[in-house]
Order: sequence, then C-alpha cells, then structure tokens
Amino acid sequence: VGKSKLDDAQLDALEDALIMSDLGPRAAARIRARLADERFERDADERAIMEVVAREIAEILRPVAKPLDVVAFPRPQVILVIGVNGSGKTTTIAKLAHLFQEQDYSVMLAAGDTFRAAAIGQLGVWANRLNIPLIKGPEGGDPASIVFDAVKAATDQGTDALIVDTAGRLQNKRELMDELSKIRRVLGRLNPEAPHDVVLVLDATNGQNALSQIEIFKEVAGVSGLIMTKLDGTARGGVLVAAAEQYGLPIHAIGVGEKIDDLRPFNPDLLARVIAGIA
Amino acid sequence: MFDSLSDRLGGVFDKLRGRGALKEQDVRDAMREVRIALLEADVALPVVRRFIDQVTEKAIGQSVLRSVTPGQQVVKIVNDALIEMLGGEEGQGGQAAELDLNAAPPVVIMMVGLQGSGKTTSTAKIARLLREKQGKKVLMASLDVNRPAAQEQLRVLGEQVGVATLPIIAGQQPTEIATRAMQSARLQAVDVLMLDTAGRLHVDQQLMDEMKAVAAIATPRETLLVVDSLTGQDAVNVAQSFSGEVDLTGVVLTRMDGDARGGAALSMRAVTGKPIKFAGTGEKMEALEVFHPSRVANRILGM
Ligand SMILES: Nc1nc2c(ncn2[C@@H]2O[C@H](COP(=O)(O)OP(=O)(O)OP(=O)(O)O)[C@@H](O)[C@H]2O)c(=O)[nH]1
Ligand SMILES: Nc1nc2c(ncn2[C@@H]2O[C@H](COP(=O)(O)OP(=O)(O)OP(=O)(O)O)[C@@H](O)[C@H]2O)c(=O)[nH]1
Ligand SMILES: [K+]
Ligand SMILES: [Mg+2]
Ligand SMILES: [Mg+2]
Repeated sequence: VGKSKLDDAQLDALEDALIMSDLGPRAAARIRARLADERFERDADERAIMEVVAREIAEILRPVAKPLDVVAFPRPQVILVIGVNGSGKTTTIAKLAHLFQEQDYSVMLAAGDTFRAAAIGQLGVWANRLNIPLIKGPEGGDPASIVFDAVKAATDQGTDALIVDTAGRLQNKRELMDELSKIRRVLGRLNPEAPHDVVLVLDATNGQNALSQIEIFKEVAGVSGLIMTKLDGTARGGVLVAAAEQYGLPIHAIGVGEKIDDLRPFNPDLLARVIAGIA
Repeated sequence: MFDSLSDRLGGVFDKLRGRGALKEQDVRDAMREVRIALLEADVALPVVRRFIDQVTEKAIGQSVLRSVTPGQQVVKIVNDALIEMLGGEEGQGGQAAELDLNAAPPVVIMMVGLQGSGKTTSTAKIARLLREKQGKKVLMASLDVNRPAAQEQLRVLGEQVGVATLPIIAGQQPTEIATRAMQSARLQAVDVLMLDTAGRLHVDQQLMDEMKAVAAIATPRETLLVVDSLTGQDAVNVAQSFSGEVDLTGVVLTRMDGDARGGAALSMRAVTGKPIKFAGTGEKMEALEVFHPSRVANRILGM
C-alpha cells in the first residue's frame, strides 16, 4: 500500500485530542502542522497516528528530563520548593526526602509555611514518619528567620540535603512574591550557593495557567526545575510540552499519588504517550 | 504575554467593529480567534466547540450581516453567549444562586472535590458566612483521614472564624465521623452541619464509594463541588465523574484571585449543569463572594 498525508478530519481529531491533554491551542497547532507534512500508510489507524504524535512530543520533552541529584559541595544542598496554593509542595517534599533517604543521604526539612492553618503540623507528620529533623518556628512567624536557622542547623550537622517548604502563593500576588525573593536571599546568607535548587511544583490539573506560573515564579524566584504532581488522575500534563519549548527548564520528577513513594522519575517517552493518549 | 481574556477578545472585537460591511468569512475568521482565546483561557473544549458553533450560526444570519452595524451586532452575540455560559441565562437573570437550607435541621452541606482544590478553606469560609450573615449555628467536621493534619487544619480555621468543630478522635473512619457529626449536631441543635471531605481523584473508585457512603448517612441538602479556577481541560472529566457519583447541587470556584483567564468559571456551569454558588478570592476567611454570573462576566470580559 502507498503512503499518503492525513486528511483535515484526521488532523482536526489529533489536534483536539492534544488540546484535551492541555497542550494548549498553539502548541497543539504546531504539532498538527508537523504531522501534516508526514506521510502515513494508507490504512494507518488512530493509534498508529498517535504513536507518531508521541514520538514528536517525546523529542521535545527528552532534553528537559533531569533528575534532582544531591551534588552540592560544601553540604548541604538547599532545595527551595515553591508554587501556587495546593499544588502539592508539602507532599512532594516528603516524597523527595524519602527518595534521598533511600539513596542514603541525610535530609532535613524546614517549615517555611507559617501561614496556612496546620501547615507546620502537616510537614511535622511527614518528618515524624520519615524520622528526619524538622526546623520550625511559631505559626504566623517569619519564614525568613526559620529558613536561616535551618541552613545553619543543616550546615552544622553536615546534612546532605535541606528541603525548604513554603506557603502556597498565586503568582500575581506581588507582596507574597516579594516575600519569596526575600526567603531566597536569606537562604544565601550563610552559603552563597544556596538555594542550589528552586523547584516549582505544578499541579497537572491546572491548565494553561501553568505557563504563567512558570514565567512569573522563574522571574521572581529563579526557578531551576519543575515537578508535576497529580498525574495519577485523568489530567495529562500536556502543558509541559509548551513549557519545554518556551522555557526549557529541567523536569525532575512527577507525582502519581498521595503516598510517600508516589514520586517517579520524569520519563519523557512515557509522558509523551500519556499525552498522546496511548500509554 | 498573559493578556486577560477580555484583552484578547477586545482585539478581535475591535477588528470586527472597525469594518463597515462583514462577509461570512470575516465572521468565521473572527470566531477562529475567539476559539483560540477561549482555549488559552482553559475553557473546556466541548464547551468551546458548542459555543463557537452556536455563535457562528447566529452571527452569519442574514439580518446580522445586512444590518447597519454588523460588527457591533456580532460582538453583542458573543458577549450575550458568554454571559449565558456563566449561568446568566434568562429566568435566572444573571442572579446569584443561593444556598438551599430549606430542610429540617441539621441541614447538611457536604464539600467534595479533587485534592488541594480548596475544600477545607471553603468549608470554613462558608461556615463563617452562615454564622455572621445569617446568624446560623454551625458545626464543622473534617472527614479527611488521609492527608496529614487535615482535621487539625479545619480545627484551626474553626477557631479563626468562631465556628465549632467536631472533636477529633484518632483512628475513626469517615463514615463513623459522619455518624458522630450527625448525632452531635442533633444534640447541640445545630442549624447547619458542614462536612469537609478528603480530596479524591474521580478515578479512585474506593474513595468515590466512601463519599457515597457518607452521603447516604448524612443526606446532604447541598453537595458542593469545589473546583480550582486554574483547572484545565480535566474539568470536564472531574465534573462528569463527581456528578455521576453524587447529586451535586452547586460549585465553589476557588482561587478566583489568580490571573487565570476565567476558563473554568466559563465552563463549569456548562459541564456540571449546576450553578456556581461561591467564588473563593483569597486565602483569608473573608475572601468568599457569592457568585453573580453577570458581574463575573463583566469582570472576565472587562466590561
Ligand atoms: N492524587 C494526588 N494527590 C496529590 C499528589 N501530590 C499531592 N497530592 C495531594 O494534594 C493535596 C495538596 O497537597 P499539599 O502537599 O498539601 O500541597 P501544597 O502545595 O503544600 O499546599 P499549600 O501548602 O496549601 O499551598 C493533598 O491532599 C495531597 O495529598 C499527587 O501526586 N497525586
Ligand atoms: N489564593 C487562594 N488560595 C486559596 C483559596 N482557597 C483555598 N486556597 C488555598 O489553597 C490551598 C489548599 O486549600 P485547602 O482548603 O487545604 O484544599 P483542600 O481541597 O481541602 O485540600 P485537600 O484536603 O488536601 O484535598 C491552601 O493553601 C489554601 O489557603 C482561594 O480562593 N484563593
Ligand atoms: K489545584
Ligand atoms: Mg504546603
Ligand atoms: Mg482539605
């Protein structure tokens, strides 16, 4: 059988499928345009077409796959975790701490969210379960002073990784964003290299707003990498495709549940298949 | 770069208004741009599709294209359709949908939704409103035994807003807590009992069954789906699955204080068929607004 190009109806269908995966209309149109030039077997079914789509997407995602490694010298490696409200920061911190423990690193946590009700208690429960130290202050206290104490404690104790929790904040809140840059500055006071990583936690159920989150958090807090949570539902995280194209920030891992070991390395080929709906 | 939906639509509208005569193709081109603007604002694709089809059909009608101010008329058609999408259709007249508390006390309000959508915060905000604005005696109970310190979170918020919370008993399951909350509410002659539930994914059948079991015990008068206004295309799946499992009576849209372009607000009504009853506009306990479709439409559309 000969080869032919896809017809408009087929291209429309694949573009719609990509939009439903949160790729956004423009990135979806770009993938459509690439596919429009490809020649397929005449009897190519939808799955065969989506296999090719997945290949295109994987190519975009592959360069940004990069695990979060503990490499800082001198220790500790300071990891600041930020993001909008409810995205999964605190849970992801617990998962990361667990991952590092499994790699035989010592870990300390800092309760930088002094604002949300019982946020300190929430992180405290995780720290207890993992049996790792938590540096905390009073509810309503100044997060900057807590993170300063934490860097000092982790440095004194020779801890390998210090992970800093922060209160959720929407990226359009000027004052709260300023507070974040202040936390960042204070982290660097005892160790100019700190924070070594600034991880933005994105919720997969968020749509195109994630791009605005990346843009503004990057500008204000110097985001160095991304983790996307809640990929265990039906949200597919297609916004990462546009994010990879526009910002090229490393993607460290994905969250696939509420439990301590529900953190997975970021596998670009797998996510591409999820986005294309054939995983 | 992240213009608001109103800026984006405004650009399309200016082009339409700027021309004297309009051909069918001009309308179709404009609708293509409206489609992109809506999708970038995270309006659900099926809703966008229906919207564009309906608006296009009306707008290319002969009476519109042949009128003296065709551009103006097309703009009006688009605007009216957007307001209708938000729940501002006739009859309701763009008015807010009130909580229905017409039942024998304790009237139960159950809050459900995905993880992190804002249930616990909204529970306390609504309780505060009922207490302060309507003088109701309210009790709140957290049925969240999954998330660390979830019950503690509601307790702290209860103290902030001066609303009682059910004492925490470690180890109890959600259905047991619901039963205890009902007893407690009856004994204390509570007007409204608010049940905050754990976040759950709509694909997690075990947790969905648990939610149904709680609903069977508490027979809520209101079951509110709490949805993050930053939600993307997944909104359709979430809305359909939750409404397939319990009888939703309304929606609470949280984080309306963000820079989202209002997509979830625009599609939630259409995909749930239920009115949006409240909008969360911040983390503080006062940051809750009764949802007025026409006002929100004006804000989203910049009118
Ligand atoms: N299904 C699922 N739920 C998750 C995942 N990650 C976090 N969650 C849940 O999402 C909810 C919010 O998570 P948190 O870790 O408290 O989020 P946060 O960003 O710290 O929230 P704030 O501090 O309030 O801004 C909790 O119910 C978590 O259990 C995930 O990967 N999958
Ligand atoms: N900016 C803003 N933040 C909100 C709003 N509503 C809730 N939040 C924040 O969102 C985060 C999550 O809120 P919760 O009330 O804990 O969400 P939840 O649905 O109970 O979360 P789970 O119980 O883990 O499923 C918290 O940081 C809240 O302060 C809102 O309207 N605006
Ligand atoms: K969310
Ligand atoms: Mg947190
Ligand atoms: Mg909660």
